[in-house]
Amino acid sequence: MLRLEKRPNPSRFWNYATPVLAVVLTMVAGGLMFALLGKNPVEAIRTIFWDPLFGEFAWYFRGQLLVKAGPLILIAVGLSLGFRAGIWNIGAEGQYMMGAIFGAAAGLALYPADNRLIFPLMVVAGALGGWIWAMIPAILRTRFRTNEILVSLLLVYVAQSILASMALGALRNPEGGGFPGSRNLSQWASSANPELIAGTGMHWGVVAAFASVIAAYILLQRHILGFQIRLAGQAPRAARFAGVSPNRLVLLCMGISGALAGLAGLFEVTGPAGQISIDFAQGYGFTAIIVAFLGRLNPVGILLAGLLMALTYVGGDNASTNLGLPAASIQAFQGMLLFFLLAVDLLSNYRIRPSRKEAA
Amino acid sequence: MTELLRIEGVTKAYPGVVANSDVSFSIREGEVHALLGENGAGKSTLVKMIYGLVRPDEGRMRLRGQDYAPREPREARAAGVAMVFQHFSLFEAMNVAENVALGMENPPKLRDLAARIRQVSEEYGLPLDPDRMVGDLSAGERQRVEIVRCLLQDPKLLIMDEPTSVLTPQEVEILFQTLRQLSAEGTAILYISHKLEEIRALCDEATILRRGKVVATCTPRERSAREMAELMVGAVLTPPERHATPKGEVALEVAGLSVASPIPFGTALKDISFKVRRGEVLGIAGVAGNGQDELLIALSGELRAARDAVLIEGSGVGDLGPNERRLRGLVAAPEERLGHAAAPDMSLVENALLSGVVRKRLTWRGFIDWAGTRAFASEIVERFDVRTPGTWVAARALSGGNLQKFVVGRELSQEPSVIVINQPTWGVDASAAAAIRQAILDRAAAGAAVVVISQDLDELLEIADRFAALNEGRLSAPRPTQGLTIDEIGLMMGGAHGMEVAHHAHG
Repeated sequence: MLRLEKRPNPSRFWNYATPVLAVVLTMVAGGLMFALLGKNPVEAIRTIFWDPLFGEFAWYFRGQLLVKAGPLILIAVGLSLGFRAGIWNIGAEGQYMMGAIFGAAAGLALYPADNRLIFPLMVVAGALGGWIWAMIPAILRTRFRTNEILVSLLLVYVAQSILASMALGALRNPEGGGFPGSRNLSQWASSANPELIAGTGMHWGVVAAFASVIAAYILLQRHILGFQIRLAGQAPRAARFAGVSPNRLVLLCMGISGALAGLAGLFEVTGPAGQISIDFAQGYGFTAIIVAFLGRLNPVGILLAGLLMALTYVGGDNASTNLGLPAASIQAFQGMLLFFLLAVDLLSNYRIRPSRKEAA
Repeated sequence: MTELLRIEGVTKAYPGVVANSDVSFSIREGEVHALLGENGAGKSTLVKMIYGLVRPDEGRMRLRGQDYAPREPREARAAGVAMVFQHFSLFEAMNVAENVALGMENPPKLRDLAARIRQVSEEYGLPLDPDRMVGDLSAGERQRVEIVRCLLQDPKLLIMDEPTSVLTPQEVEILFQTLRQLSAEGTAILYISHKLEEIRALCDEATILRRGKVVATCTPRERSAREMAELMVGAVLTPPERHATPKGEVALEVAGLSVASPIPFGTALKDISFKVRRGEVLGIAGVAGNGQDELLIALSGELRAARDAVLIEGSGVGDLGPNERRLRGLVAAPEERLGHAAAPDMSLVENALLSGVVRKRLTWRGFIDWAGTRAFASEIVERFDVRTPGTWVAARALSGGNLQKFVVGRELSQEPSVIVINQPTWGVDASAAAAIRQAILDRAAAGAAVVVISQDLDELLEIADRFAALNEGRLSAPRPTQGLTIDEIGLMMGGAHGMEVAHHAHG
């Protein structure tokens, strides 16, 4: 039999090795699942992980990679700050939608003006929208001790309804012939968030994502606020002893993660998506939770994890069109990644030892 | 009398430490046997082996001449071995009878059990109401629950791990009467402690452990406490030096401090008032759970009160947080080292930053001066002789005593004018404890006002100029330590908790 033994110091090696091991285990278990679905597992894994990077159509897929990774990273960086402090914002998906709605509304209110300041204004409005939506669970928690996990999660469904009503009502394109959905923001010069370098998929949202990684890294490593965030998550009583106000931290972390999720929504609605529509939300807000943990709540890790997760998206799409894999199996595959990560996570704080035979 | 338990050459090693090495001793029926040693001497490991929680690597045990190798506590209990742990395993939201039933293999009906509990508790002079909630009981009463739970099994050997650390002197006397009665009836008692006077009063034989080995056996009544202490520590002990310092202005004043406890089943502080002058040490005694934790956090700033309930050098700070109070010169060291005074998974450098950031100016516009913080951490490690491979080590990797030296050192190194410490030497070996006490006295001599909250009376009598006791959230009027008798101290601590209540209920 095996038994677990707590390490006196957390293992640095396993801290970095567990994500890699989790990816490998996911490939094995995913391959098994694809085999049970009657597909060739090796081909399926290759279609997901290899073809988008080095296959025949890689020139197209590579651009898609940053388009998908941008919002994931931007949202995950924000979430990771709260997660480190033990503040669980599960509703980034809702904040993402509200950011898109606020930003789009701010821009569309000025349509068809031609002004360079409109896009920055929309960016601010987008961040504000996400921030406001995150403040609801934050204030409810600090004032009434509600559980922010439930409140933020349920607000996703409220945001979904608002999104649908906006697409059908207030923000509907008056020239759209009655079809749901707003005007196309990516085709209006004042609000467009174009691809900055052709063929790379790089848009302002990706720039913001990279900037957030750097800012979060500096915050966590060099700033007292980052130290307080880490302290509050690891030892809440010690944090209070150190003078950290738990309520202030909740407002701050929820606010940052909400604003970043709102920004991600804004960049998406003005860029790749182009318009507010009923099916605008694609689950980035939820997948970002996986990305945050896959990246060990570390900004650089999140950058890599976001790229990896984007690869499973792009590759997964590729696999479902080319190999006829059901979309649900791709989601299950992504879920396995989080599952294995959390499971092998144990290794950084514990070591596995064979338990000695007990003499009878 | 006949031999009950014999331990022969028992050895137990853990990775990196040998907890017990070739330990042998024996206990006769009805004997009260002391197991004496510093923290980390291997007492706990040894009794855990007897109670079936740990298995020895080598050696053997014999109970009444039969081979005895319990694989789990259930087997030990079946053989007549019972144990009262230092930390109680009771559920606060359940009553006494329910708690006792939880620990039994085949619990009888609660009504019958309650009757049995009453009967046994009265027989042994440990009054206990089976219907009361454990959350409402004092520490002494909770211990009675644990003892009665053991007595219901009719044990042949009762192991008691540091039983008096939570009792007032009066309660200790009641406990001793019970233990003497048990011993007279033929129950052997294995009594673990490092309190020498108690052992001299109670025990027939003593086995002294140091670093996992038996270094001496003796008859405690024939030895002085000092002789036994030196056997235990393996060195000649020097009491801390006191310099009579002139007392200065009042640096800390607490006036009518009343505040509810934020801790579930905690104790509210009720109208607490005292003054401490520069250069003075105020000792606050009390049985655990009488408001010590609450008093510490109310002074450190983690628990806020009215502005003028706490004054540092005459200005009200009662409504300020920990860092604002630090800026005004107050430092605090809570009892719980891991999780409160220090973050277990963070390095010593990060833990130095934790409370040192304000007074040592370790940030610039919010950005952390890591080089300065590392220097501060190394300074603490060096000055307070913290044994560690380096300052990058996680706090949880340090032994209790070393971490305590680090935590106390961190606070004392900030040139404070007011120091508040809860349990400065809890779980710390004798030499480290002496070093910590000396450091506190040195700070007082340098002009700091010091409040030491402790459950160790000897410690308080050694270092405090004035003495007060917490009892159910109220503080007795401070009195000069010199000339206090142990009886007076006991009465300040509240006498024997709950005795009257129990007598009235069933008298």
